Amino acid sequence: MSSSHRYIPQSEDERAAMLGAVGAAGIEDLFASIPERLRLRKPLDVPGPLAEMDLVTWMTACAADNRLPDPGAQFLGAGAYRHFAPALVDHLISRTEFYSSYTPYQPEISQGTLQAVFEYQTLIGQLTGLPIANASMYEGASTLAEAVLMAERVTPRGRVVVSDGVHPEYLRVVRTYVANTEIAVDTFGARPDGSADPQAARQALETKASALVIQHPNFLGCLEDVEAMAAAAQKAKAVLIVVVNEPVSLGLLKAPGSQGAAIVLGEGQGLGVPLSYGGPFLGFLAAGPAYLRQMPGRLIGEARDVDGRRGYVLTLATREQHIRRDKATSNICTNEGLCALTAAIFMAALGKRGLMDLARQNHARAAYARERIAAAKGCTLPHAAPFFNEFVVRLPIAAGEAVEALAAKGIAAGVPLARYFPERDRDLLITVTEMNPRAEIDRLAAELGRLA
Amino acid sequence: METRNLRAPEKLLFEISRPGRRGFEPPAMDIPDPGRYDLDPRHVRDDIEGFPELSEVDVVRHYTRLSRLNYAIDLGLYPLGSCTMKYNPKVNEKVARLAGFADAHPQLPEAMAQGNLRLMWQLEKALCAICGMDRFTLQPAAGAQGEQTAILMARAYHRDRGRARDVVLIPDSAHGTNPASAHVAGYRVEQIASNDRGCVDLGALRRRVSEDVAVLMLTNPNTLGVFEGEIEEVARALHDKGALLYMDGANLNAFVGQARPGDMGVDVHHLNLHKTFSTPHGGGGPGAGPVGVRKALEPYLPVPMVEAGGDRLRLDYDRPKSIGKMRSFFGNFGMFVRAYAFMLAHGPAGLKRMSETAVLNANYIRRRLEGTYHLPYASPTLHEVVFSDKDLEATGVRTLDVAKRLMDYGFHPPTIYFPLIVKGALMIEPTESESREELDAFCDAMLAIDAEARRDPELVRTAPHTTPIRRLDETTAARNPVLRWTPEKQG
Amino acid sequence: MSKGDGIYPEDLRYTKEHEWLEVRGNVATVGITQYAQAELGDIVYVELPQAGAAIVAGEPFGTVESVKAVSELFAPTSGTVAEVNAGLAQSPDQVNKDPYGEGWMIRITMADPGEADALMTAAQYRKYVEDEAN
Repeated sequence: MSSSHRYIPQSEDERAAMLGAVGAAGIEDLFASIPERLRLRKPLDVPGPLAEMDLVTWMTACAADNRLPDPGAQFLGAGAYRHFAPALVDHLISRTEFYSSYTPYQPEISQGTLQAVFEYQTLIGQLTGLPIANASMYEGASTLAEAVLMAERVTPRGRVVVSDGVHPEYLRVVRTYVANTEIAVDTFGARPDGSADPQAARQALETKASALVIQHPNFLGCLEDVEAMAAAAQKAKAVLIVVVNEPVSLGLLKAPGSQGAAIVLGEGQGLGVPLSYGGPFLGFLAAGPAYLRQMPGRLIGEARDVDGRRGYVLTLATREQHIRRDKATSNICTNEGLCALTAAIFMAALGKRGLMDLARQNHARAAYARERIAAAKGCTLPHAAPFFNEFVVRLPIAAGEAVEALAAKGIAAGVPLARYFPERDRDLLITVTEMNPRAEIDRLAAELGRLA
Repeated sequence: METRNLRAPEKLLFEISRPGRRGFEPPAMDIPDPGRYDLDPRHVRDDIEGFPELSEVDVVRHYTRLSRLNYAIDLGLYPLGSCTMKYNPKVNEKVARLAGFADAHPQLPEAMAQGNLRLMWQLEKALCAICGMDRFTLQPAAGAQGEQTAILMARAYHRDRGRARDVVLIPDSAHGTNPASAHVAGYRVEQIASNDRGCVDLGALRRRVSEDVAVLMLTNPNTLGVFEGEIEEVARALHDKGALLYMDGANLNAFVGQARPGDMGVDVHHLNLHKTFSTPHGGGGPGAGPVGVRKALEPYLPVPMVEAGGDRLRLDYDRPKSIGKMRSFFGNFGMFVRAYAFMLAHGPAGLKRMSETAVLNANYIRRRLEGTYHLPYASPTLHEVVFSDKDLEATGVRTLDVAKRLMDYGFHPPTIYFPLIVKGALMIEPTESESREELDAFCDAMLAIDAEARRDPELVRTAPHTTPIRRLDETTAARNPVLRWTPEKQG
Repeated sequence: MSKGDGIYPEDLRYTKEHEWLEVRGNVATVGITQYAQAELGDIVYVELPQAGAAIVAGEPFGTVESVKAVSELFAPTSGTVAEVNAGLAQSPDQVNKDPYGEGWMIRITMADPGEADALMTAAQYRKYVEDEAN
């Protein structure tokens, strides 16, 4: 191959001239500070190089090794949600000024990013019903862990109480994060209808805790009684933390902030961020003014410049790692800036009416699907609680087998609950969005009816 | 002349919003009689107060105009030390958007996601080869999360051996995420001093290491761009007392293909795909911070790991000593595609050339500027060089002012006021993506600013003059934080 | 006021961490010196303990923040917090404008009023600051 790589603008002659300019006899001189015994004297055992066309061929073949379900025949959720993002979203985030720019530490040349994320903070605040939202975190599960740590910083009680309706991976991440702290994580259970039990919550809160955590809709797709939970938390002088996995649900459901939640957080991927096999995703976090100085992550605020012009700037940075170091509210630095921008553009494009209509359609399709499947031979519905766009179906055979059988027909029928709860081996979590046409829903119901 | 739409400030979405405008219709409703399924109104919100109402045209114009207020790497150099702002290849954006990758749901049965598992498997293997480590977890979403993962694994390692060590040692030159991550992982942080070459003081380390030390977190090359030449002795001093050596791999661009952390006695280290491996910075992420381990730490890796079994790859959750999970699903997969594409495009020779050129470029800048700007440490420079504003003291012009004035010359400033061990630090890292012309233009600008500082300091101290917005009153912004638009506010 | 102006009221006592102490009977008023506020730049926030909190000499009792830096506030003497300057929540800039007056931070009921004698006088503090600057 030619010695000058297409991404490295330096020919052999230019290299020689620059070596001369720095007074080095050869490239080796520049690495003299690395002890000889550490110097690698053989090439790295990695593949390549590939010319661009060959690279595209390789990647296309790799991507084709995946066997994605028929479009419209995918009924997967459980923490990631397939929604249609209008073309303008990818078009706008593909503008190099947005995706190839750096963190906006120099506000004078970063107003595009800063204003867009200020708008994102506002939109998240409006959706969740709480005034202060940060500029993004990694994804929903680690954001919950950070919210738990934040609640404990504000009211240190050494304990949080978590509904077992919270996504099991989220719970696992919380336990990993608090493993070396004095914070105990206790769970409480559900009612027969699938929703978290406020009575169990009240009992769990009899021992002091800083926070009560619920997910709404929960992992089984059921809506929680947010107000009852808020009351239970308040009585115990704890705060209610509401986790959201499917952000489009906020287009239909009441804002948890208006129902007594002190902190609302979760996964923003459903707002137009590609599924991309699990990442990059988008953690969002919103809270009331009491949490301002304890909030992790970046915050963008309004400011005026020397000419009186309105602008935006990273602010309250003294909470963060680069200033407070080991006493920072979090170690987070790089977050999910472009994903926050993606979500903001999605929310702006859909707007109030678009998001509310989308949410309503999601629910209607899911309700139709649930009704059709319940009527299918051998299928029952174990949970009676209201739902948004996810629900559990009990099948006549093991859900894992059913999923395999339907996969052979190009249908991704849902997530077997046994993946997380081994005893629930006939239960399947089905998610329906606007991307599932009626014909595919009918086909799913028909195929499930054939399993008995 | 202010030309509308080319330089004018942009209103907020909420100020452009007009009641009744729509930007989107959901697909046709083919479900019969959808009204029957309406949710009980007590669950339903009747409005999203303040949410904008815009047409598609409004949205596209708004964000297009906003984008033009940003500087970006495709416009020119970002000499940000320790950020490795290199070129983001466009083919990487294209392949990351292949439907098989972009539309793959993480809950897909493994049999349907073999392509993705293969990519993760191959990326892990490549990272092991590049770094000389035994396994890599791809799970951490960023460097800081990688650091935290590594420290949690170190803790599990010690606990498994019945050792309750509670101290992490960190050099005073370290990036802020290092002590923050150690603290978040439950450790007490103690600083270890640097010597006059800016490297870890081996004597001080030897005196301090004892049975209460769990890990030393070392950045190599350090934040001055200097290789920690005594790293093997450092490793020995730690290992003799049963402690671990963690390497912050943010600066890996300096020696890919020239040396490997695994050969230096490093037990665990992170690296940044959004630095060394070119994935775009996105205005603040997403990134990815994979963590490499030697065999001894393998049992503690977060779940799941990709494993080969028969003719298929699978996700292995059966790891009883794992620290658990740092985030949902498997990691920032979209960045894995881009990083692996970057590696394939380079191959072994290309990766070697990458680090060589990065180091040559940094040395070139050092040569051109060292006669004019104060160079606090004379040690050999690898991929980044640190100057200070000491020689400008008499003019009243400080590092901040130099940075702001650089924007008038069309450059993003270097990293400023870091590392903390240099007062008024200017940390410059060009990467291999810069041509000689761009380096010369940058150096010419820096020299011009130095001359301006002596001739007309007020010009520099009130810079920038030509950017879309000028210096902002960050004090008032912090005293009276306004973190969102509210309807009452007038623009 | 800039660093060099060296305004250090004679009737106060001073610490190495740049706090000042004014003693009246067994009540001490504490703030940061004019040198400290100049070093920090524009103050944006002051974090102070609640009335009734215990204060231990030499231990941090709060923080003071500028845009780009945070500094801990160290207790010059031991005792209990009698009063906190609530005005600083609205106007942290008083610490810059009037560090010895409106910029006062807390009042401590001292456990041992004699502790103040161990602190620096204005003359000693002036010398300390000059030495530090060089």
